[in-house]
Amino acid sequence: MAKKKKKMPGLNTSSTADISFMLLIFFLVTTSMDTDMGLARHLPQPPDPDQEDAQVDIKARNILYVRLNFEGQLWIEDETTRGYADIKELRQRVKEFVKNEQNYSKWPEKHVKILDHLGRCYVTDKHVISVQTDRGTPYDAYFQVQNELVAAYSELRNELAKEKFGREYQYLDDEIKDVIRKQYYPQNISEAEPKKYGGTK
Amino acid sequence: MVEMNTSSLPDLIFTILFFFMMVTTMREVTLKVKFVVPQGTELEKLEKKSAVSFIYVGPPTDQLRAQMGSGTRIQLNDRYAEPKEVMDFVAAERQGMQNQAEQVISIKADKGTQMGYITDIKEVLRKSWALRINYSASRRN
Repeated sequence: MAKKKKKMPGLNTSSTADISFMLLIFFLVTTSMDTDMGLARHLPQPPDPDQEDAQVDIKARNILYVRLNFEGQLWIEDETTRGYADIKELRQRVKEFVKNEQNYSKWPEKHVKILDHLGRCYVTDKHVISVQTDRGTPYDAYFQVQNELVAAYSELRNELAKEKFGREYQYLDDEIKDVIRKQYYPQNISEAEPKKYGGTK
Repeated sequence: MVEMNTSSLPDLIFTILFFFMMVTTMREVTLKVKFVVPQGTELEKLEKKSAVSFIYVGPPTDQLRAQMGSGTRIQLNDRYAEPKEVMDFVAAERQGMQNQAEQVISIKADKGTQMGYITDIKEVLRKSWALRINYSASRRN
């Protein structure tokens, strides 16, 4: 008897591609790409209930007030000037205030600090930028102010890095970055009302 | 006529599928508020997705507006919440995290939200020791 060799029929897999395509499309629809961005901020620690007078006294010359009213209008005030301003001016004003290049007596006080890598420096690390908002202020206005403040600080740090090291801030060693960030140009942004003393009202 | 061998096509598609599964994250909640985040220039990427919790703030979506009105709402997980509930939310989120010190709260709020809501949330976050926050935004060119 001549046995015919039977070939095992293969499973038809032509639709597997379609099935996996469908899975692929399902995942594309239900997931989101990793593009979440935002402005990172640090909140101050909660007030200590045991501490009675938590108010910090700050000299008037060290404070720059940035206020936003319920319509989102910006008001900038320091010892020299006060008045409504445009959001575009804020960055420059903050930079001049924090840097106080001429050691002007109405802008933040400078004092000597010996820093690692940088040596003897005159820093204005006692300055405070006080941001005050109304309950009705639009969030967008507040966000733009925060954005400009962060921009001002990063420009200052960048300028310092270029002047001292000839490189941009982001290319410096982490150690040097830390010194600049924490000791030379610390971000002192307060969102509470600081009490002031000294100077003229 | 010789047909092209397509037996490796499924494998190929599966590879793409796995790639997408790796680089993307599941959308965890159904949004009940609608928001347009503000635009900024000094943004940082949110790293370590596992340590991030989201708080959504904005008016209810169009489908829910008839029931819920058009006032600003805060959404935690899948439901509307009051600002004081943020504390429990933060604690619950922190429970499931490996590195609790790195917890970041991302606030996704609509541009037009009144600051009162944001200030309330921030005050509660401070009390719950969730100090690292992130104002969600899109890049402005």
